[in-house]
Amino acid sequence: MSASNDYRSPLAKVKGLGRSSDATRFFWVQKLTAIALIPLTLWLCYSIATLPELTYEVLIAWLKSPFNAVMASLFTVVSLKHGMIGMQVIFEDYIHTHSLRFGAILFTKLLSYFMMALGVYSILRLSLGN
Amino acid sequence: MADFKLPANSIVKPGKTVKAPEGATNIRKFIVYRYDPASGDNPRTDTYEVDMDNCGPMVLDALLKIKDEMDSSVALRRSCREGICGSCSMNIDGRNTLACTKSIEEIEGDVKIFPLPHQPIIKDLISDLTNFYAQYASVEPWMKTETPAPPDKERLQSVEDRGKLDGLYECILCACCSTSCPSYWWNSDRYLGPAALLNAYRWIADSRDEATGERLDELEDPFKLYRCHTIMNCTDACPKDLNPAKSIAEIKHLMIKRKM
Repeated sequence: MSASNDYRSPLAKVKGLGRSSDATRFFWVQKLTAIALIPLTLWLCYSIATLPELTYEVLIAWLKSPFNAVMASLFTVVSLKHGMIGMQVIFEDYIHTHSLRFGAILFTKLLSYFMMALGVYSILRLSLGN
Repeated sequence: MADFKLPANSIVKPGKTVKAPEGATNIRKFIVYRYDPASGDNPRTDTYEVDMDNCGPMVLDALLKIKDEMDSSVALRRSCREGICGSCSMNIDGRNTLACTKSIEEIEGDVKIFPLPHQPIIKDLISDLTNFYAQYASVEPWMKTETPAPPDKERLQSVEDRGKLDGLYECILCACCSTSCPSYWWNSDRYLGPAALLNAYRWIADSRDEATGERLDELEDPFKLYRCHTIMNCTDACPKDLNPAKSIAEIKHLMIKRKM
């Protein structure tokens, strides 16, 4: 609860800094990535399960297929984006120190985008390399 | 450094026991949360042995019997005793509900009565709902129009459009839903909570209201609206059998709809 020397009215406290206006887009992307992950995860599980053996050569050969490379890239980007959004929601729920919350969200975002770039680069390199 | 100590006065200790009158044979134990912030003492739970042969059937009947005959210092809110004013909302047997419509017979074992969770306590079972009421006020729960009302009649509404308000207008602002919501517990300073959002939707859904867009604009916020994670405790708790979770889902649906 607020400090005893806070003389703002209850309504002023509730209104706070007002609304922040990109919330629906954030919510929509969270749902969209969740839905997209259903077929992508099923595809990944099916593909891995039907490989003859899990060796480096077999996986490289599997990634040489353009379809598999595109789907693997999509899975990497979409799952990291979904995870990033999920972590942000958790931080917003449970971290109440503003600077700590800001830092946690910033770190998660930077790490996620780095992992996306690294993942897609790695997939393309394995897929297109000799 | 993290603070590993509990805040002052957060531990609830066992208190006194008030025995039933001599000769009483049908006794139920009522364990009641007692706390007076002005005293500086920790909260405690006092036990009252109530003679059920001389008590009404509802939890409120027992609480009023306790206050009238056993311990006049017990503090609680109550008014209509028929589930329409929302005053006697409290946590009974682990669930938020109205004491006046909660039957004692439904409860197994001792009857544990606590105030609504996660709100400041004024005294005993009376929680401070200032923030809750301010949140209700912030959704501007009145009809907003630019078109003047017809001079000779009321603003018309079809039977179907009026039907859309059923399940919304019945909210009695008892706060059982909002104070049962974990998201509201952690972020009630910014999340409006199910009760305020249900009432926001009551006006969004009203065909006579002309401020639908502005009302949605006001809720376009990661905290005010989107702290709802569809936990559904609100719907589970509502003593009027309303469905605040559905109202919040409808608001989110409209938010998406106007973007597509």
